[in-house]
Amino acid sequence: MRWSAGGEERLAAATRARREATLYWQLAVAGFRRQSQYKLAMFAGLFTNCVFGLVRAAVMLAAVRSAGDFGGYDEGTMGAYVWLSQGLLGAMQFMGPPLELVDRVKNGDIAIDFLRPVDIQLSYLAADLGRATCTLVPRFLPSVLFGFLTVGLAMPATPGPYVLGVISIVLAVALSFLMLFAIGLIGFWVVETRGIRVLYQICGTFLAGLFVPVHMFPDWLRTLAYATPFPSILQAPIDVLSGRILGVEAVTVVGAQLFWVLTIAAIGRLMLAAGRRRLEVQGG
Amino acid sequence: MAEPPVAAPSGSWFTPYAAVLRSRIRAQRAYRLSFASEVFSAFLIGVVEFAEVWVIFHNVRVLGGLDMHGALLLFGLSNTTFALAQVLVGHLDTLPTLIRMGTLDAYHLRPQPLLLQLVTGDVSLRRFARAAVAIVVLVIGLLQNDIDWDPAAFGLLAMTLSCGILLFGGIFVCAAGLQFFLIDGSELTNSFTYGGSFAAMQPASVFPLPLKLLFGFAIPVAFTAYLPTIALLGLPGPPLLPSWLVWFTPLATAWIWLLALGLWRLGTRHYQGGGG
Repeated sequence: MRWSAGGEERLAAATRARREATLYWQLAVAGFRRQSQYKLAMFAGLFTNCVFGLVRAAVMLAAVRSAGDFGGYDEGTMGAYVWLSQGLLGAMQFMGPPLELVDRVKNGDIAIDFLRPVDIQLSYLAADLGRATCTLVPRFLPSVLFGFLTVGLAMPATPGPYVLGVISIVLAVALSFLMLFAIGLIGFWVVETRGIRVLYQICGTFLAGLFVPVHMFPDWLRTLAYATPFPSILQAPIDVLSGRILGVEAVTVVGAQLFWVLTIAAIGRLMLAAGRRRLEVQGG
Repeated sequence: MAEPPVAAPSGSWFTPYAAVLRSRIRAQRAYRLSFASEVFSAFLIGVVEFAEVWVIFHNVRVLGGLDMHGALLLFGLSNTTFALAQVLVGHLDTLPTLIRMGTLDAYHLRPQPLLLQLVTGDVSLRRFARAAVAIVVLVIGLLQNDIDWDPAAFGLLAMTLSCGILLFGGIFVCAAGLQFFLIDGSELTNSFTYGGSFAAMQPASVFPLPLKLLFGFAIPVAFTAYLPTIALLGLPGPPLLPSWLVWFTPLATAWIWLLALGLWRLGTRHYQGGGG
């Protein structure tokens, strides 16, 4: 009898887990569908990515040609760095509009989210992964193709970097979202988070290696960058995908990404719990 | 029976705008902590933008014919003019939001030109912090380089600074005019505004031909910094962008404003109102 009760419990738990997985999957699909409505916006993003990419590629290629050794980059790998970074920008949301969460914290609608039977952080994350997947098709692929046609890129010929690269991109998107999520939650304590978000965007893009690869930084600045999660958001997926790092080294970098995802997720959860207590004090 | 004396309308056409500007400035200083953090962010934008240039020149000694000192001048000129233009008209960026929320319709009801209302509607003091970084770099650049300070050089510098601010301001107005057509695609115009500013920071000599044509003549941001830099340093400049071209800066500015006012007119005529 007791055995059978335990079995039923296990069965119920399994059903619940499956139902939850379906729920988050549906949220991700909804995020994808929602993003796919903004066709003009995605074209606009792609166009702007390409203009910036052309200027960046021209400068960085000139730098590679005039310097004997430019951080181990040659023209092909530099082209790959520039165009992969331009292509990934849309998914990473560095330059994007503030998360919906920011407004919901500010106007108190977040209280409604607390009442829902889903985890706030995971449900927003699922929707964002869906959104990011949708931007990869019209922004990442054309950017890389455009770069291939204009400057030529050196990309790996074996499947390994691409498989690990996809994992690395997913982790980077998740990390980027979780960072923005945590920053949005600061809104529980300060009224206006705009200044903090601008600060994040400016320091983040620079330390992530958007303008100049992190490998080119002077030693002290590189150490500083690696003490932050930012290189895991952009430099890591680019390095893995372009085959700049291979084998154990690549797996280590992906491991570091995973570490940051878990750390920032934990910080976000703590902030959410603290914010919830604070919200109950304030709200009527 | 004598009528009470009616106060003669005092002030000029600009009086209402001055009042709005004064109130904007007061409003921004009201929340001291928020204002301080925004000033600090803007200051950091300037520092990080400079760090990008610095990291590149830390690795290569000469890029596009310019050394680190030349790069200081290039960065100082492009960022000073862009940042000051942004102080004046950078908030035109928010036009898509105004259109989407229907707020713009309220502006249409007032008996003042729409563009002037928008331009004076918000002046961000924090953006001066970014300009401050650029000005410091510019002064260092002017002192570090071996410049022959004859009257022509002074004239060139004065012309560059004034025309550069106007030129970037015109680009913001061009972008705003296009926003009426591109509500969802407003990011497109970032290619000209922020892309233009980014391109202006680079030595144009490294650009391939299409970019030289684009940023030299179509959206002539090369006139704000690259051409003045090589002219001040006495460098000849690449084909297509010789340094004597710098004296045509007022013409390049006029071209952008012709385009800006044309696009603005087109945009406002296209605008049908936010509904509701």
